[in-house]
Amino acid sequence: MKIYVCVKHVPDSAANIIIKERNKFDESVKYVINPYDEIAVEEAVRVRERDGDSEVIAVTLGKQEAINTLRIALAMGANRGILIETNERPDSMVTARALKVAIEQDGKPDIIFTGKESIDSEGMQTMYRLANALGMPAVNNVVAFSVTGGQVTVECEIEAGARQVVEMGLPCLVGAGKGLNNPRYIKIPDVMKARRKQVNQVDLDNLDFKKPSSSMEILELQPALEKRQCHILKGQPEEAVQKLVKLIREEGKVF
Amino acid sequence: MKKIGILVEVRDGEIKTANYGVITAARGDDHELYAFVLDGSAERYKDQLQKYGIRKIIDIRQMQGVVPRNPELWSQAVTDTMRHFGINTLFGLTSAQGRDLLPRVAASLEAPLVMDCINVNVADRTVGKSQFSGKVLATIRLSGRFSVYGIRPNAVEPEPAPCEAEVIPYRVPLSTRKMLIKKIRKPESAGIDLTEAEVIISGGRGMARAENFRILHECAEVTGAAVGASRAAVDSGYVPHDMQVGQTGKTVSPKLYIACGISGSIQHFAGMKTSGVIVAINTDPDAPIFEKCDFGIVGDLYEIVPLLTKQLKQALGN
Repeated sequence: MKIYVCVKHVPDSAANIIIKERNKFDESVKYVINPYDEIAVEEAVRVRERDGDSEVIAVTLGKQEAINTLRIALAMGANRGILIETNERPDSMVTARALKVAIEQDGKPDIIFTGKESIDSEGMQTMYRLANALGMPAVNNVVAFSVTGGQVTVECEIEAGARQVVEMGLPCLVGAGKGLNNPRYIKIPDVMKARRKQVNQVDLDNLDFKKPSSSMEILELQPALEKRQCHILKGQPEEAVQKLVKLIREEGKVF
Repeated sequence: MKKIGILVEVRDGEIKTANYGVITAARGDDHELYAFVLDGSAERYKDQLQKYGIRKIIDIRQMQGVVPRNPELWSQAVTDTMRHFGINTLFGLTSAQGRDLLPRVAASLEAPLVMDCINVNVADRTVGKSQFSGKVLATIRLSGRFSVYGIRPNAVEPEPAPCEAEVIPYRVPLSTRKMLIKKIRKPESAGIDLTEAEVIISGGRGMARAENFRILHECAEVTGAAVGASRAAVDSGYVPHDMQVGQTGKTVSPKLYIACGISGSIQHFAGMKTSGVIVAINTDPDAPIFEKCDFGIVGDLYEIVPLLTKQLKQALGN
């Protein structure tokens, strides 16, 4: 099977985001592999380890430094990598088309793994667009996965703690949710081996696809301000709780 | 007249209250709202929907009955309905259901989509939404023929606007699906989804044992709240992962968030920082959460929470 995994190079969740030029941010912060994509890579590699005859190809769209995220995927066990290089931050519609073309140029996908969403732009939609463009069924927030004889069975989280068991044929797309697996730790020998694995690089502008007629443009970024001032309620427990209930009802306008 | 579709979510035969905020966000002077109902009970919801300004309710079905509960089939039904009625704008909830349905519709229409919006300007086609785990507020502009907006639950206060509604039946053509829903596993205690709850009471490392979450469940029962947890509680095995609130768990936006025995890490805070009121209960006066809440009690949750349950029970006349 040809298993593709889409990964994203994102600012670390603890990074301080400093806004510049109204709608951009200082990118000299620490970057990591999107946590949900790491889970996706782990699952893809496990499928290959069970199957034996498959290949895992990690794909990313990003700036040149995104190659570091590809190298993490390679160190985790992906066979090859593809970098669609751009200094822009294209929207989800462009990204999905680019991923589609880059993947199809490379081979015929049987399974595509992605993370359920990215922790930077939080658009929550690219995997659906990619699946639609490829004419594949897709299930997101997957917490259990198996594939036997061309049939995929997944369990995904739906609302209020409920789970759904879904079957799909191949090819299909799977969005990894937290709990699907625990990604392996990378050891130094894996990192060394990864350096010798093949990474193909293509410029986003050189990919052949029609620009979407619609778009989403970031006009402005502003820091989200913290404006809470904590009032510690003093007194004996009974008294403090009485004050709390009054405040919840009056200020919180709850109950 | 701008035609706007609203994807209405129901649960146990009732419209989820979070929908009224979505409807309020979509209303405007020259907006014609169409509520999309897919569970076959459109007449039942007429009274509630017309209280919030809905004049047209589309009862979407297939020829042979209700559209089966399959995301592909529902998404095709919504897309078809939009095209049939000439509706180019769709509003929905960024709930567990909406997160799966709205992107499918947007993908199918090749429409721009912004999920988790906290405000929408329909005329300008701009929205506000948070990015980078709640550290940044982004203003995004949509362009193109269609627009799809997923509203964050409880981000918009519902405002009544009574009018008269009519139910319009519409039969979508049969469509094919590639994914088959085999079964649904419900948890033992089916509660409200955390991402839609108006009140959440959460436990952290301070809960010490799985059984102690009972104290929070008792309070939740009295208040109609959902019970959540910090990553520490999940990692310690007290509760399953689907209860986790935080960066690698769920992002919630309740009116009231009560954090019990939770230290208040940046990662946890990222998941609940847009709560209306944050209350913290912790024995450690130096816990970071006391700098990020509205009200706090330095005390033992085993003493405080039962007192809170008792007093709220009295206040609510349960």
